[in-house]
Amino acid sequence: MNSSPMVARVKRKRIAELISNGKRLDGRGLTDYREIQLEVGIIERAEGSARIRLGKTEVMVGTKIEAGEPFPDVPNEGVLTVNAELVPLASPTFEPGPPDENSIELARIVDRGIRESKAIDLEKLCIKPGKKVFVVFVDVYVLNHDGNLIDASTMAALAALLNTKMFNYEVEEGEIKVKPGYTPLPIRNYPIAVTFAKINDKIIVDPWLEEEEVMETRLTMTMDKDGKICAIQKGGYGYFTVQQILEATKIAHEKTEELRKLVVKG
Amino acid sequence: MPQKKPEKLIEENDVRIDGRKLDELRPVKIEVGVLANADGSAYIEQGKNKILAAVYGPKEVHPRHLALPDRAVLRCRYHMAPFSVEERKSPAPSRREIELSKVIREALEPSVFVEYYPRTSIDIFIEVLQADGGTRCAGLTVASLALADGGIPMRDLVVACAAGKVDGRFVLDLSDLEDKGGEADVPLALMPNLNAITLLQMDGSLMIDEFEKVVNLALDGCRRLYTFQKEALKLKYIAVKEAVEE
Repeated sequence: MNSSPMVARVKRKRIAELISNGKRLDGRGLTDYREIQLEVGIIERAEGSARIRLGKTEVMVGTKIEAGEPFPDVPNEGVLTVNAELVPLASPTFEPGPPDENSIELARIVDRGIRESKAIDLEKLCIKPGKKVFVVFVDVYVLNHDGNLIDASTMAALAALLNTKMFNYEVEEGEIKVKPGYTPLPIRNYPIAVTFAKINDKIIVDPWLEEEEVMETRLTMTMDKDGKICAIQKGGYGYFTVQQILEATKIAHEKTEELRKLVVKG
Repeated sequence: MPQKKPEKLIEENDVRIDGRKLDELRPVKIEVGVLANADGSAYIEQGKNKILAAVYGPKEVHPRHLALPDRAVLRCRYHMAPFSVEERKSPAPSRREIELSKVIREALEPSVFVEYYPRTSIDIFIEVLQADGGTRCAGLTVASLALADGGIPMRDLVVACAAGKVDGRFVLDLSDLEDKGGEADVPLALMPNLNAITLLQMDGSLMIDEFEKVVNLALDGCRRLYTFQKEALKLKYIAVKEAVEE
């Protein structure tokens, strides 16, 4: 993303040189993630919520469920809506205003992972085919930007969905009547994203902010619980070779399994 | 006219719904230098896709604070005409169009010597007049030609093509129906002489080994389209040469 502060030229050089030698400025190996802390159910008013800390990157995700209309081409399915806000308090480079291309891209990558892996059983969210369904809103709220917002947001979104409770209801004369008690949202897949940065022709995972500033280009692979790729997005101005992309699929497979254990417990 | 959703997209004998073979591109027609005002322009028809691209610049940057001291700013707008799809699309840029404008810009930028033109902007406009699946790829292919037509120094042309999985089989250059009804779609852009992949996206579901096959199919499609791209560019130069000689 272009929204990073400037990094001194001498530091850029150091970051790039270290990576050529298989090392990183913060002491990590090329395919190591930063420390991850995850909390869920932290916002009582939301149907589901999660906060992730990936190193110093911090993202909160809240879900809300409302009744709404289905899309005409899938009349018997609920609706998933993902939105991302790069809140100005998260970085000196974020500005208030309508979503810019960076936040739209972030939201659409998170959305694609959840949608294409069919993580939510949307057919179970149908109230009256063609007329009324439940709409699941996933709102990604970036609280501190220190790089790799995509992976942090994808994990937090999945954690929030797993934490989401739907109120019980019955339909009486076309109207929804809320009944006491809650049931969990029907989740049947667990998409996890792994983002690579290419620096000095080497690929690393989980770039932090200064590495993002130095990187030539970026690649995100989202995989589902069966190790299938469900979404890919290349970003940034550089390019990849086929060999680098195929290498990335193997690393992504390993890493998504590892990360999934942190998000999906039991 | 609304398209009816067919039950099968591929017949048993591997013939696709539009009669193509699995690894066959749609018919392609490319023309370079089609707009009088633009510094560079091109037009592509790929199947039912009809897309125009125009390039303005290098020129002064507006607003000026966006100018970069060491290179040109590349800007890109991918936009669909309201009448390009079945149900009228609002002309306001959608979230999809904003994302695609970004990834197309990032796919073209590695090909352009932006450092030759500091403090300027190069603006690329892609207008989809009719859409039938694979518009980001066809838009990229034609935008790269418009840049070349505008005389912008480039490392290579960028050419894009999608491949994917439909009814359990791997297919090249998906149409709208195949994209919507298929299992996976992988758009990819390539600078063929540098073997550099500058755009890669995917949605759907593929095992790693399947993904590798689809990527190779898309690369093959890109290389075939590249010859059409070069031919179209040469035709423009031949036309200019003839005009000068007369």
